[in-house]
Amino acid sequence: MISDDYLKYPKRRYGMDHELYDWSILPRRSPVKWPGGARVALWITVALEWFPLDMKGQPFKPPGALQTAYPDLRHYTLRDYGNRVGIFRVMKALERHGIRAGAAVNGAVASRYPALIYECRNKGWEIVAHGLDMDHLHYEGMADEKALIERTLRHLPTVRGWLSPAKSESRLTLELLAEAGIEYVCDWVNDDMPYRMKRLYSMPHSSDIDDYAILVNNHHDEDEFRNQLCDQFDVLHEESQSQGGRILSISLHPWVIGQPYRIGALESALAHIMRHPGVWPATGAEILDAWKTQAGSEHLL
Amino acid sequence: MKRDPGLYDYLPYHRRPRIEWPGGARLAFWVAPNIEFYELDPPKNPTRTAWARPVPDVLNYSYRDYGNRAGFWRMVEAMDRCGMRGSVSLNVAVCDHHPEVIQACVQRGWELYSHGTYNTRYLFEMSEAQERALIQDSIDAVRKHSGQKLDGWLAPALTYTERTLDLVAEMGLTYVCDLFHDDQPGPVKVRDGRLASIPYSLEMNDVIAYNINLVSPRRYGDIIRRQFDRLYAEGADSGTVMCIPLHPYLIGQPYRIKAFEDALAYITGHDKVWLATGREIAGYFLDHYYDAFAAASQPVHDL
Repeated sequence: MISDDYLKYPKRRYGMDHELYDWSILPRRSPVKWPGGARVALWITVALEWFPLDMKGQPFKPPGALQTAYPDLRHYTLRDYGNRVGIFRVMKALERHGIRAGAAVNGAVASRYPALIYECRNKGWEIVAHGLDMDHLHYEGMADEKALIERTLRHLPTVRGWLSPAKSESRLTLELLAEAGIEYVCDWVNDDMPYRMKRLYSMPHSSDIDDYAILVNNHHDEDEFRNQLCDQFDVLHEESQSQGGRILSISLHPWVIGQPYRIGALESALAHIMRHPGVWPATGAEILDAWKTQAGSEHLL
Repeated sequence: MKRDPGLYDYLPYHRRPRIEWPGGARLAFWVAPNIEFYELDPPKNPTRTAWARPVPDVLNYSYRDYGNRAGFWRMVEAMDRCGMRGSVSLNVAVCDHHPEVIQACVQRGWELYSHGTYNTRYLFEMSEAQERALIQDSIDAVRKHSGQKLDGWLAPALTYTERTLDLVAEMGLTYVCDLFHDDQPGPVKVRDGRLASIPYSLEMNDVIAYNINLVSPRRYGDIIRRQFDRLYAEGADSGTVMCIPLHPYLIGQPYRIKAFEDALAYITGHDKVWLATGREIAGYFLDHYYDAFAAASQPVHDL
């Protein structure tokens, strides 16, 4: 039996069915101009993650979660490969083109591998908070989310951006992040450009243009990964001619793309992208700052 | 519960009245963008949950929202360049939430047909009165926002009762996209009236290709070409139908749109292809072939 209330629609109205952000049509916004007349901002986010060996996977398993009975050494160590080896291949590939990335860092990684964070900062990378670890998701009804965010940020001081592990949020997350001084979140995949939420900004961190999604989840090969990055870039680059600045957002996991047989696909895609005029490699905070100076007050909090 | 849906009789592919499409076309081709609204926090339904993750499922909700904010507009431009109209499988609540999207469709002469109210409200276990109210809502919304008479139906999130298609026919719709048993239109056996089944294809659907079969964008273009080549060849004997069901949140991603547009241009670049809408194909079939197909069909006797 279905209750008659099931056919009532209290939020059927103009715009969204919530108050988190406004409805907005991408191609009808004022065109954005990037610094130096660039057409496409290249925003690479590299996730530095730690999956605890005693992972519970609640309320769901994040992408890349451990899989076997305890102790799942095979998946634990393969994820950790990214922090020890893979990341340095990625850094080298980016450095060749003078690209500074954002590192989305679990608080646990900052605590466990300070040398890695030092390397990132030393290269001028931006540090983005990526939750406490991959077994601390944010969800409705969780215990003391405020304390979890504070604990995470103690390990990651001065960050401006936040990417929740597995893009998980409770109904309170955005509010709590704003209160904790976070300026932008990377969890929402509904836009190709930044947009204003209630008390912070959303940045278009990609779930599609992502090495885990393409290579691990979809089982595509390295050449396909390269093709998809290049195709994404080509369309955005062309679109920017008539619609203003665009952002090519690439999400990487060093344990995936940092494998010897895969890193070449990233290098090849970057060579294609960087050959074009008007590409501005930048960090998330730099892109957001440039965007905020554009096209009037509708962008500003 | 029934063992057989009882919606169609048996009619083997090679022994049917010959279909000739308008202008001597071999193949009737239509594109069906699903323009949808998924609610962030829909009411609970006893038959299924709306989201894979606990509410708020930020990732999956925002992924679908991308379709209306960004993907739709990119898809429309690609279809415009190929001279292809859409037949929109519409969650009619989009008329209220995003009238700009509806306006863009109506301006282009696209058809609007119903895909329920929201993609997060399911028909399973509804009473007849509830189901009638939901169908009437679609009839009214499409007329109010486009001036069009509602002709087509694809159940929201592919959810049904045993009587869904009976009610749809009784309330004046002429075709449904819910049956995947054929590459040609066919009669649907309903309580009252005449209802046509129009091939819609889950195989060509970008949700199946991308979310279930996990294919690459270029591979999807290849799949579309292969499907077309075979149906076009067979259409020389008797007219066939090819549909590409789309979802702007998937096909409108920058890395997918070009491969799709190339495949679409390949199809629209052929002669003897009728670039049609669902309503047009259903109307032509009902006027010219429905009766002959019904007469040629063989009743099925269960054990």
